[in-house]
Amino acid sequence: MVRFFGILIGLFFAGMLFYSFGRGAVEYISNPPVETVEHEFHKEAKEVSFKSDGPFGKFDKQQLQRGFQVFKEVCSACHSIRLVSFRNLEELGYNEDEVKAIAANWSIESPSIDPDTGEAATRPPIPADKFPKPFANDVAAGAANNNAIPPDLSLITKAREGGAAYVYSLVSGYSDPPANLPEANRPGTGLHYNPYFANLNLAMAPPLTGTDQVSYSDGTKATVPQMAEDVSAFLIWTAEPSLIKQKQTGWAVLAFLLIATILGFLSYKTIWADVKAEKKKKEA
Amino acid sequence: MSFPWANQYKPTTEFGQWMDDRLPIGRMVYNSLGAGYPTPRNLNYMWNFGSLAGVFLVVQIVTGIILAMHYAANANIAFDSVEHIMRDVNSGWMIRYAHANGASFFFIAIYLHIGRGLYYGSYKAPREMIWLLGVVIYLLAMATAFMGYVLPWGQMSFWGAKVITGLFEAIPVVGKPIQELLLGGFAPDNAALNRFFSLHYLLPFVIAGVIIMHIWALHIPGSSNPTGVNVKGPQDTVPFHPFYTAKDGWFIGLALMFFTALMFFMPNALGHADNYIPANPLSTPAHIVPEWYFWPWYAILRAFTFDFFFIPAKLLGVLAMFSAILVWFFLPWLDQSPVRSGDYRPRFKKFFWFGLIPCVAILGYCGGAPAEEPFVMLGQFAGGYYFAHFLIILPLLSRLEKPEPLPNSITESVTGKPLKQAS
Repeated sequence: MVRFFGILIGLFFAGMLFYSFGRGAVEYISNPPVETVEHEFHKEAKEVSFKSDGPFGKFDKQQLQRGFQVFKEVCSACHSIRLVSFRNLEELGYNEDEVKAIAANWSIESPSIDPDTGEAATRPPIPADKFPKPFANDVAAGAANNNAIPPDLSLITKAREGGAAYVYSLVSGYSDPPANLPEANRPGTGLHYNPYFANLNLAMAPPLTGTDQVSYSDGTKATVPQMAEDVSAFLIWTAEPSLIKQKQTGWAVLAFLLIATILGFLSYKTIWADVKAEKKKKEA
Repeated sequence: MSFPWANQYKPTTEFGQWMDDRLPIGRMVYNSLGAGYPTPRNLNYMWNFGSLAGVFLVVQIVTGIILAMHYAANANIAFDSVEHIMRDVNSGWMIRYAHANGASFFFIAIYLHIGRGLYYGSYKAPREMIWLLGVVIYLLAMATAFMGYVLPWGQMSFWGAKVITGLFEAIPVVGKPIQELLLGGFAPDNAALNRFFSLHYLLPFVIAGVIIMHIWALHIPGSSNPTGVNVKGPQDTVPFHPFYTAKDGWFIGLALMFFTALMFFMPNALGHADNYIPANPLSTPAHIVPEWYFWPWYAILRAFTFDFFFIPAKLLGVLAMFSAILVWFFLPWLDQSPVRSGDYRPRFKKFFWFGLIPCVAILGYCGGAPAEEPFVMLGQFAGGYYFAHFLIILPLLSRLEKPEPLPNSITESVTGKPLKQAS
């Protein structure tokens, strides 16, 4: 009975699916899917490497500081890094006093309450604070940015396919629309052509406009690709502050497991030696 | 039950004897995982994945309990509480990445364990009950993993919850109320998150309970083996401890090395970038995909593209998806070939390696790919074969196939010498 009903159900499902496959295949051959314009003009993220890449990667603190500078002077006008605290900046090589000064001089104040009246107020951030957001809420952010809400950047290199390479490509990848781009896909008012963005046009104006937009104190020439790389490196850190610790811990755990596994394997060989010897005799 | 030649538990201390007379817990362990369990001597490495799955269940429970100490099951702060674990909790990142990747390793182990059962006919008499309980464990594990993926309350969490609970909507009449009951509302929100968290904490212990029954049922007939021939005498077996504890032990070390490489060097490789974006009911991700271990079933769900008379395509997809797993419950009665091991079934072997395995792989690939051609079409073909394999090919094959001669005994297959009959 089980087999009888089984075969009936099997015939039904398999029949439906093979029939669908046949229909799909005929449709696919006679009427091949047309490549969308977005797909045709969209570019994969550029190849770019960071010192933190790979199992032996390390943060380049000098670069992270430069990246932080780009974030501070360019990105932070519209984008927040709400999950990061000022105190975390010590991981970039700033000392306690420098972090205090960075927090105290930050262009946006932290929300607070007036200690006398209890009314909403703001005060200069302290190291224990998270980075304050440039806009009070999403509505304010949208209103100031042509209804496109600038995403929070704390996790951006983990929240986009392609990670830091995508961020690097996007901020350094603006160009004029190609001549053969159909009219419907050309950037409208308030939009900017960028082949690294999935639908080709994005609301963010090119943030990095030219060489020496920021002046690096370590003498590095602030070209657009350099700034893009630095800020991407900084955003790798904001997304995964423990990245390097993870890799180092990983090697220690692997070393321990390797020794334990070898010892385990040797005891396995010893324990089975007699039983296996019987098998050897057969092969001999 | 055990074989008559099994080692007998003998307490070595006075306290051990005292305990054994009152609560024989040492005897139970000795007989189930110790020297008192005679195990076929010829098990290959495919027999290692059951214990490995058990190890990863323990990893999941331990890391999960710690995560629950820091996680907040509230739709407003769940996402940030996960980031709090990643940034501010001491070694929180390690616990979370172990938990997220541990789920994948649990499923890798369980899939290889199921695959071994399918190939070597471990589901056949007298081991049907072990197999059925195993399918129950798998279903519970899927429910647990799905609800766990919702907890970080990222975009894929939210939209995954919406799509999966939306499946119940396809069921006529009772579907909508079931969906609302699952979610505690009309769309995923705080009520859904809270009940998912509660169940996500509960179900692993239910799984542990079913595993105890799974092992209990295993100890009635004893382990199967690659020849599929019954154990006939003491020479056919070795005591589980130290032989298989040693073999499992080093293999677990090896598996943990792969696990370590994944969780410390590329912890997000198996996840989806969109889940690092906080849940937003107003913004649908371009491609909603579940975790990789659900991909084959997700491909079957999406393979039904047109209505069958009065049955809408969506309902067909849901029915097919559940049937694809439920068919395993009937497997012991669908495949009636008296030969257990695929090694001695020339045709079955071909259908298994060139039919079932590639089709499940294709289904998996298509389930993770965007819902467009040619992936839908490939998924339809592979899905069609999947049903045909279990429901048509296996029942017919058991009648049509001429199996190869089986070895007389396990010992003979290993040593080439006939088994000395125990007198």
